[in-house]
Amino acid sequence: MITPTHYMLLSAALFMIGVIGVMVRRNIIIIFMSIELILNAVNINLIAFSAQLQNAVGQVFAIFVIAVAAAEAAVGLGIILAFYRNKETVNIDEMNLMRW
Amino acid sequence: MGEAIAFYFISACILGFAVLVITTKDTVHSVLFLVLDFLFVAALYVLLGAQFLAAIQILVYAGGIVVLYLFVVMLVNLKRPPEAHSDPHRQTKWGFALSVAVLVELSAVAAYSVASPSPPLAAAVAAAPSIPVTGNTEEVGWLLYTSYLIPFEIASMLLLVAMIGAIVLAKREL
Repeated sequence: MITPTHYMLLSAALFMIGVIGVMVRRNIIIIFMSIELILNAVNINLIAFSAQLQNAVGQVFAIFVIAVAAAEAAVGLGIILAFYRNKETVNIDEMNLMRW
Repeated sequence: MGEAIAFYFISACILGFAVLVITTKDTVHSVLFLVLDFLFVAALYVLLGAQFLAAIQILVYAGGIVVLYLFVVMLVNLKRPPEAHSDPHRQTKWGFALSVAVLVELSAVAAYSVASPSPPLAAAVAAAPSIPVTGNTEEVGWLLYTSYLIPFEIASMLLLVAMIGAIVLAKREL
């Protein structure tokens, strides 16, 4: 029998993988992908509880999360492109200037 | 039984591909593993009875966002991989330590919730509005256009602003 606890543990594990990716990797594109993994973990949680409670509100909130993730990816990747054009790098260790 | 097998198989694939996403050296491979990960998350949504969300997941994530990532990975043609440059001030150990701290917190929450289960959710289930519809898509659509109409409009405004912002940022000169 699969209970919401199973889904919560899966979601926590996926969240952790995302956090480790954000903390450890230096390539900012990989860090953005880790953030997508974290948002997916949140969505799994929302939909598991939506199924448990027989209430579709969780799915509505998951749609909002997906909309915010799409906006975040578009703006974030635009920033990466603008930065790359100026400094020829996507390494976060070299992103230490507020202006140049 | 079948549900359990499907759940464990899909979970193993989700976690395995997620680990591959953050460990692979080649960024393009990482993006492709991300596509597979999103597809298995969509399969999990189908298992949970949220077919509309599964379709959205495939269309928006696997079809839209990942293509955006691939474009950027190929535009920033890296002669010098980012991992080659090592900053002497980089605190990888601290990064792992902070991740472990988050893991400990999540485990504590899980252990606490298993040790003292919350009261049955009968009240919450009874409070769910009765919607005169059948089917998952119709249910979600009904909620989006009645109770959550204003958040829905705000989300559309957010997407418009993000679109304009991305164009402004990525254009060389306006």
